Formats: sequence, structure tokens, C-alpha cells
Amino acid sequence: MYYVKRIGQSVLVFFIALTVTFALYRLLPFGPVEMVKVSLMQQMLEQGQSPSPAQMENINAMVETYTGIDPSVPWYVSYYEYLYNIVVYQDFGRSIFKNRPVFDILFEAMPWSLFISIYGLAFGTTISLLFGAVMAYNEGGKFDTGMTFISIANSTIPYYVVAILTLIVFSFNLGWFPSGGRMDPSTTPGLNLPFIVGVVKHAALPIFSAFIAGFGGALAFRGNCIREMGEGYIRVAQLRGISQGRIAIRYVGRNALLPIYTSIMMGVAGIFGSGIILETIFNYPAMGMVTFNALMNRDYPLIMGAFIFFTAITLLGILIADLTYGVIDPRVKGGSNRESY
Amino acid sequence: MFTQTSNVPEPTAREKAYRTFERRIYAPSAVLLNDWRGLVGSAILVAFVFIGTVGVYLIPEPTVMEGPIFAAPFSSWNHPLGTSVMGESIFKQVVHATPAMLQMITAGALLSVCLGTTIGTVAGYRGGRTDQALMTLTDVVLTIPGLALVIVLATIYQPESPFVVGLILGIDNWPTLARTVRSQVLSVREESFTEASRIMGLSERHILRRDVISNLMPYISVNFANSSRKIIFESVGLYFLGILPVSQLNWGVMMNNAYSKADLTNPDQLHWLLVPMALIVFISLGFILLAQGLDRVFNVRLRARHESTSGGESR
Repeated sequence: MYYVKRIGQSVLVFFIALTVTFALYRLLPFGPVEMVKVSLMQQMLEQGQSPSPAQMENINAMVETYTGIDPSVPWYVSYYEYLYNIVVYQDFGRSIFKNRPVFDILFEAMPWSLFISIYGLAFGTTISLLFGAVMAYNEGGKFDTGMTFISIANSTIPYYVVAILTLIVFSFNLGWFPSGGRMDPSTTPGLNLPFIVGVVKHAALPIFSAFIAGFGGALAFRGNCIREMGEGYIRVAQLRGISQGRIAIRYVGRNALLPIYTSIMMGVAGIFGSGIILETIFNYPAMGMVTFNALMNRDYPLIMGAFIFFTAITLLGILIADLTYGVIDPRVKGGSNRESY
Repeated sequence: MFTQTSNVPEPTAREKAYRTFERRIYAPSAVLLNDWRGLVGSAILVAFVFIGTVGVYLIPEPTVMEGPIFAAPFSSWNHPLGTSVMGESIFKQVVHATPAMLQMITAGALLSVCLGTTIGTVAGYRGGRTDQALMTLTDVVLTIPGLALVIVLATIYQPESPFVVGLILGIDNWPTLARTVRSQVLSVREESFTEASRIMGLSERHILRRDVISNLMPYISVNFANSSRKIIFESVGLYFLGILPVSQLNWGVMMNNAYSKADLTNPDQLHWLLVPMALIVFISLGFILLAQGLDRVFNVRLRARHESTSGGESR
């Protein structure tokens, strides 16, 4: 029952997000449709022509080619068509600049974005959990102090500064890694070693920067571990002679992980959003870069499509976090009374 | 028998003002400045505010060819941070880029903190339908990927004023605060002092202000510092990529210029890019330290230890 409710809630949020997107794009004053229309009409007035019905039709047609929207259709009809096309046909419209369906463009770019962000998030999470645990066990020691310092330093440095600096050092100056693209153009795609090496080399710096962006949970995990270690049941476990490793992983680690599990999954959202900045810096042609180019070319259907894609992925990440929370923490059992996020 | 009341003289306006000053401003700042993190953090931020307000009038605007091209930093008093490709002093650029940054931070952080606190408090305190509606709204904004939304909004509406840019960036920030504030309010509203106020028939506004929000000040202040940092990061990133329209100089624009015009393989030209980066790191360090210092100010237990500094006045 909880699962059904939770999934239903996600679907509802998705539709609200779609509606907000639609409203932002078409209904608000000074949106793209109105801007194009006003500038076209002004041009016409400057040439000394008054807008006759025939010319209005002409203007409307031009607005449609610029924005992919026919302004003569009332908004509720186009809203219905917009939702209907997305839900039934997965049709997000056609890209104005590339003249291809938006869905195809994004669907091709998507795996590469997933590739970078999932590896970045996985490395970031693993390392910060490991470090957090070791810091907690050496509380007050040299490693703890040093890592606390590094964690604070890490949160003062934005990930794109790391990206720019690594790009300058390792790519422009040392030449160890390529500065753009996602594969070696001289290799044939497929399961062969040169191709894989090329892909890994092109992804290394973006993944490293995503890793820096996702590296932040160490201090929170350290705090949770320390709190768990003071609990009575840990003493009981030690007295029962359970091995240190088992206590560390099954008792302390697992219980300390729970409070930050959702925030880790929320990291998916952050990393996808930051993909636009990262991929542009590294010239890595995936979803973020597609979005960026669309922004630069004012390719509105593509921008909106990308935005909906980002929202859907984020929603999916949070939904998975919520549904698996019960698996990781049996006390929750799909707890509907839980305060998540 | 109980009709006799003691004869307490009404404090004069001056005494009242003095007491309020001591309680609201002097005591917290004394606690804040006693902690080294609070001291360093506020010193850094005060320095930036000084540069952004007074410094702009003291230091003239950068001009072309006022020094040699790509002079190294720390080599001459005329251009302490070196010069860029056209011989403009980087120090002057930094000074004249600061006001825009400060305006952006203020607008964005204020918006996100005010919105987050108001929505979180009202939702948590009222409960029921109001709570449900407000939390659905929060969830929707929370799931919409913030940076992507900000980028879309920025391209569609092309904001040029730093205040508006700050406000747009603030949209991304408030939902998490609203969530945490709400869960705190849920526990505070059950406390005995809140209940006492309710029984005494004090107005809802009074309870929310004096009992609930004053207990949430640690979260709010720490979040103010955190969202300021986030707004700096995001705005500089967006200006660096050239997504936001450029109306005046700021650190992101400086980074953009440096990245596109300097020879990045030449270490003698890199300082142009490194200076704005260092500034971002520096100001966000200021905010982090201030957040930790503020935590002390509002943490009641720690505060009790410092009460002597305020002459034994207690809230």
C-alpha cells in the first residue's frame, strides 16, 4: 500500500513539474513565444506596416518555426496536446536547430551522462564512507584531524574549479588526458581494448570532478559512526566476543548509514544538475552538453525536453531511495510515518 | 490579598534601547568573536563587504594598458595581483566585481531562508491540510533539478540585475530548509513552553515568533551561511559558462574572460584565472567558519557558559 502511494505521489509530482515547465515556457509574460512575437511585430511596425489578419498569420507561422509553438491555438489546447504527446508517444517535439526529434537526441546522449555521473557518485560515496568510518575509529587522531581539514577545504572549492584546474594541469600542460570528446576517434566502437581505453581516458577527468562534487558525506558519516559507537549494544556485542570487523561493518556501519542514505540518493539529483557545467567544461558530448548547446542556440523544445529528462531521472533516483529504504532499514518497513529527505 | 503589586519603575525608552542592544547585538557578537572560527569567518566577510562598499569608491575602475601585459602578481604596488591581457590591474577588477557578488548573495540567501523558514514553520505548526499542501509544493520544487531549472529560467528571462539573479538562484535552495525546519517545529510545538504560551492565549504569531523561530535560529543561521555559499558557487559557474547575460563585472565573468583569453599552457598567464577562483574559495571559507561560529552563538548550552559577557542578562 505504501509503495503504491509513494509511486502515485511521484507520478503526481512529475505531472506538476511538467505543468510548471509548460507554464514557464508559454504562459508567463516575456517568455520566448511572446518575445519572438513582439519583436516580429515591432519589425513590421518599423517598416510602416500595420498588422493585418494575413500578416498576423504570417507572424504566427514565423513564431512557430522559431519556437515550435503555434500561438493561435489557445493555451489549454496546446497544454493538452503537450501532455498527450509526451505521455502517449514520448514525443517532446522537434529540435529547431538540429531538426530531429528531441527524444532521440537526448536518448542517444543519456547513457554517456549516466556513465560519468554514476561512476562519479559511486566513487565519491564509497571513498567518503570509508574515510568517514576510519575517521570515526581514529577519533581525535592525526588522520581524523587531517581529513576533517580536507573535507572542509573540499566544501569551499566548487567542483568546476577542480574541473578547470585538472583540465589545465593534466590535459593542456601534461597532455595525459584528452581535453574533449568522449571516445578516441581513431578506434572502432565495440568490445576492443583501444576503444575501451579511449573511453576511460576521456571519462577520467569528468568522473574525477564528479567525484569531488559528490565527496561530502564523510563528515556526516563520521558523526553518525561516533554516535553509534557510544551505544550500549556495541559494548554488548564486544562482550559477546563478536569480531571487530563484524561489529564495524554490520553494527556500526549499517546503523550509521541509514540517516544519510536518502541524502546519498539525493546526490544523484545534484550530480545530474551539475552535469551541465561539468560536461561543458570537459567538452563531453552528453546530456549536459546537449542542453548547453540548446541554450546557446535558444532551441526551446530541446531545452524543455532536457529539463523534463533531468526531472524524471531525479524523481526516479529519489523514488528508488525511498522504496529501498525499507530493505536497508527493516525498522522502517515502508514507513509512511517517516520524515524523509 | 494579592492585589498589591510590586512597584517596578517602567524603563525609559533609552534604557529599553540599551537593553535590547546588549541582549540582541552585544552578547551574541561577544560570543561569536570569542570563538576563533566565528572571528575569522566574520573578519573575512567584513573584509569583503568593506571592499564591496567602501573599496569601490577608493579604488578607481580598471583601465586598459595601465600596466604591462600579464604582469606577475605581488611584483608591483601599482597592480598587486598582476595584470591581464590588456594590461588591466586584476586587483581593480576584483574590487569592482565584488558589489555584484554581494548583491547576489544577499538577495538569494534572504529569499531562500525567509521562504524556507516561513513555509517550514507554518506547515509544521498548523499541520493538517496546510501542512499537506505546503509539503507537496516543497516536494515538487525539491525534485525539480535545481541547477537545470535555474539555467532554464535564466535563459528564458535573461536577468541582468544581480538581485534578480540571486533571487532565481535562491529558488533552488529553500525546499531542503523548509523540510528540516518543519521537522524541528514538529518537536518544538510539543514542548511545554509552547504549550504554556498556547494556554495563556497568546496569539499564534507571537508563539511562532518567540517560541518556535527563536528555537530554530541555529538551523536558520547555519543555513543562511550555507545557501550563501551555494549561491556563490552556482552564480559563478553560470557566469563562467556564459549562460547568464553579462551586465557588469563579477568573478564568474572574470573567470570566463581569463579562460577564453589567456594561454592556459603558459603558467605566467594563469594568475588571471586563479585570482577569482581563490576569492570564491576564500569567501566560502568565511561563510563556513561563520556558520560554525554562529552554531555556538545559538547553541543554548554553549551560550550559558558565555553569559557573563552580557552582564548576566538572560533571555
